[in-house]
Amino acid sequence: MTASGYNFAYLDEQSKRMIRRALLKAVAIPGYQVPFAGREMPLPYGWGTGGIQVTASIIGRKDRLKVIDQGADDTTNAVSIRKFFARTAGVATTTRTAEASIIQTRHRIPETPLRHGQIMVYQVPIPEPLRWLEPRETQTRRMHALADYGAMHLKLYEDIARFGRVTTAYDYPVQVNGRYLMSPSPIPRLDNPKLDRSPALQLFGAGREKRIYAVPPFTSVKSLDFADHPFAVERWSSRCARCGADDSYLDEIVVDDRGGRSFICSDTDYCDSRLRPRAAE
Amino acid sequence: MYVAVKGGEAAIEAAHRLLDRDRRGDPTAPALTVAQIEGQLRLAVDRVMTEGALYDRRLAALAIKQAAGDLVEAIFLLRAYRTTLPRFAVSLPIETAGMDVDRRISAIFKDVPGGQYLGPTFDYTHRLLDFGLADDVADPEKEVVAPAAAAMPSALLPVMGWLEQEGLLEPERENPELVVGDITREPPQYPATRDVRLQALARGDEGFLLSLAYSTQRGYGRNHPFAGEIRSGRTTVEIVPEELGFAIAIGEIELTECQLVNQFKGSASQPPQFTRGYGLVFGRCERKAMAMALVDRSLRAAEFEETVTAPAQDEEFVLSHADNVEASGFVQHLKLPHYVDFQAELDIVRQMRAEEARQEAAE
Amino acid sequence: MMTPSAEQPLLTVEGLTKRFGARTACRDIGFSLWPGEVLGVVGESGSGKTTLLGCIAGQLTPSAGQVWFEARESGRVDLAALAESDRRRLVGHDMGFVHQNPRDGLRLDVSAGGNIGEPLMRAGMRHYGTIRGLAAEWLGRVEIDATRIDENPRRFSGGMQQRLQIARNLVTNPRLVLMDEPTGGLDVSVQARLLDLIRQLVADLGLAVILVTHDLGVARLLAHRLMVMQDGRIVEAGLTDQVLDDPHEPYTQLLVSSVLPL
Repeated sequence: MTASGYNFAYLDEQSKRMIRRALLKAVAIPGYQVPFAGREMPLPYGWGTGGIQVTASIIGRKDRLKVIDQGADDTTNAVSIRKFFARTAGVATTTRTAEASIIQTRHRIPETPLRHGQIMVYQVPIPEPLRWLEPRETQTRRMHALADYGAMHLKLYEDIARFGRVTTAYDYPVQVNGRYLMSPSPIPRLDNPKLDRSPALQLFGAGREKRIYAVPPFTSVKSLDFADHPFAVERWSSRCARCGADDSYLDEIVVDDRGGRSFICSDTDYCDSRLRPRAAE
Repeated sequence: MYVAVKGGEAAIEAAHRLLDRDRRGDPTAPALTVAQIEGQLRLAVDRVMTEGALYDRRLAALAIKQAAGDLVEAIFLLRAYRTTLPRFAVSLPIETAGMDVDRRISAIFKDVPGGQYLGPTFDYTHRLLDFGLADDVADPEKEVVAPAAAAMPSALLPVMGWLEQEGLLEPERENPELVVGDITREPPQYPATRDVRLQALARGDEGFLLSLAYSTQRGYGRNHPFAGEIRSGRTTVEIVPEELGFAIAIGEIELTECQLVNQFKGSASQPPQFTRGYGLVFGRCERKAMAMALVDRSLRAAEFEETVTAPAQDEEFVLSHADNVEASGFVQHLKLPHYVDFQAELDIVRQMRAEEARQEAAE
Repeated sequence: MMTPSAEQPLLTVEGLTKRFGARTACRDIGFSLWPGEVLGVVGESGSGKTTLLGCIAGQLTPSAGQVWFEARESGRVDLAALAESDRRRLVGHDMGFVHQNPRDGLRLDVSAGGNIGEPLMRAGMRHYGTIRGLAAEWLGRVEIDATRIDENPRRFSGGMQQRLQIARNLVTNPRLVLMDEPTGGLDVSVQARLLDLIRQLVADLGLAVILVTHDLGVARLLAHRLMVMQDGRIVEAGLTDQVLDDPHEPYTQLLVSSVLPL
């Protein structure tokens, strides 16, 4: 595909304007899913078209883009998406969280704390946190309008009654700004606390389902729980075998034929940054 | 010692090269030309245009070549291309009554004014593999001779007209104030109106609609359909440019239209009448046009106070899952890395099993 | 919180009419209901009794008339005039609705405890232990073995499902409960047990109930007062025993006489 003949960042200006309007509305109503007329993109639905459309609508020539999938810059789809923007927008790209102005992500939030002025763009497969309970859009829309969220706590209740614990491992539902129930996208529980009062602007795009939502900087984001069964994050018994971190999300790698395991930081940039001498950063 | 894997980009480029190689196939065999696909695989081209929602035979043929014959992939290519095209006009509604007809049949009357024309159709072929076609040599003696251009009346009046005249068929509602929705500009909202439903069905996956249509015939929301009229042919597309203020023709497209007649018993607010199902596709995707018409009627259940019991009557179900570009993307997205989410699940299962084991040991 | 005096009715319906196109399902219905009362609404199918219940429960919007209800927090309010969202909120909170088929009033794939706990969670309760405790308590009250708290009601008998539905409705202490043929489809012996339970709960909790039924035996057992409906109208009303033993209207006489004596 050649870059010539396509507008900056692929989408035409009308489409970008339409998406930005949806983003403004989303920011004005934290956690509320704003319907938008998504466009077909050259990457398949389900592979990040929502995130791509959001990034395409906000990115400018001076931006520096980081794209991660499962926390890593080099997983196949992250590579594919980064290339897409390099080709169609010619913007600078980076793997360093600290140096990025826009970070598009699938399934993880970087370990490195974000700064005010940075924008996180999340790829979202199913934007509706109540979808497991109610397949109908007409019904879930009503539930949000009436803040009728009892059913979500019901799921937690059922888990505790059945398993003694909440078994939602990722995409753990949160309440935003004390009002809307939101799906944070399939990030692990460990990442949920990073959403709460984050200094960064957080934008969520679901291309196939055609929904956009947002959490403005410094907004409260609370994971659902019971007073006597408070929200808890994952813990590992070992540290990262590569950099020694004990506070990051660890990937389990099978390292030999005997099933030997090693645990490595999922966030490759974080792991690298801990290994680099401080002076070089 | 674990070394961070850095081969993603190289792997992708290698994959693209393999794809190109396999698409080309045996390099000593002549390459397939876009013209050949356009001319000799016309029904594949028709389908890709219809579901790709873009009328351009050459581009559709190119997409088929690039997709190595995977039609859903070709449809995706065309749709993605469509996104980049600016929209500069909306045509006048097409008058299918004035169609330059190649084929026109009706199952509800033995004879109709103007006549019935089979046209080119697989309908009455015997599905016996023709091994003669396997010889790729052009045989000048076997050249296909088209039947002499039949004396086709210049305009074939729609069959439905006669039923309408008698008041037996629900009239086509003319509503000049109706603002037609646009599914490419507005996200879907339920309940949906018929114009939006028809747009979604027109670009919907043929297989999905075919199965749903079939299900209605087998009792999952039966509505007693009859083929009122099916016609195939060319129509002119017209726009009214602002500068001129009158209509000009900008080209011709090939369409197939299917009008179904369905039985209806009447309700508290309506007298007994036949009702309609409508299907419209590019080219000659007749099977799709018929399936679309069946599903269209099925989705109108609420209008006729019919109880919604079957999947084909469930608007949200049908419209949310009809687009094969969406469906294909999401189904196949499972191939993307999910190891972080999976890791999280692994952890929980391990913990729960460990606890159970501890409890059992304690007992 | 406002406590209505004994003179203040909990519910007052005035001129309630509901039309579906050309058909009038309910016309000009009016009555009052006091706390602790069970009002039976009897009639054949098509009499409009289920439509009436639907209008009071906020599921249907009346074509005309008012439905004055003493809400716990907002005082006297006309349900028919409220916006749908307000109506749903109020009705969910202050009223119970027991469906004829328990499947319509339960989540079959959620545990019994979850079914009872959900209204509590909806109302904002956030302590798992308390929710579970209340659920267990209510299972006891409706005579379901508390060890079944984590089972799915899909596996319960019809009578047990119905008792679970009642518990789910009563756990938030609504003052008014609407019941649509609560014993329909159940065996006679199972019915008897259920009716006994309902009678007990009504007495213990001081509930007001509107009970729609075509079964005069059920009406006699549970209802203090009775309204007979035909073709969308109330043709006769009064104390249950009076209406059943000494019917004045020809239609009521017909209805009463066609019931086989038990």
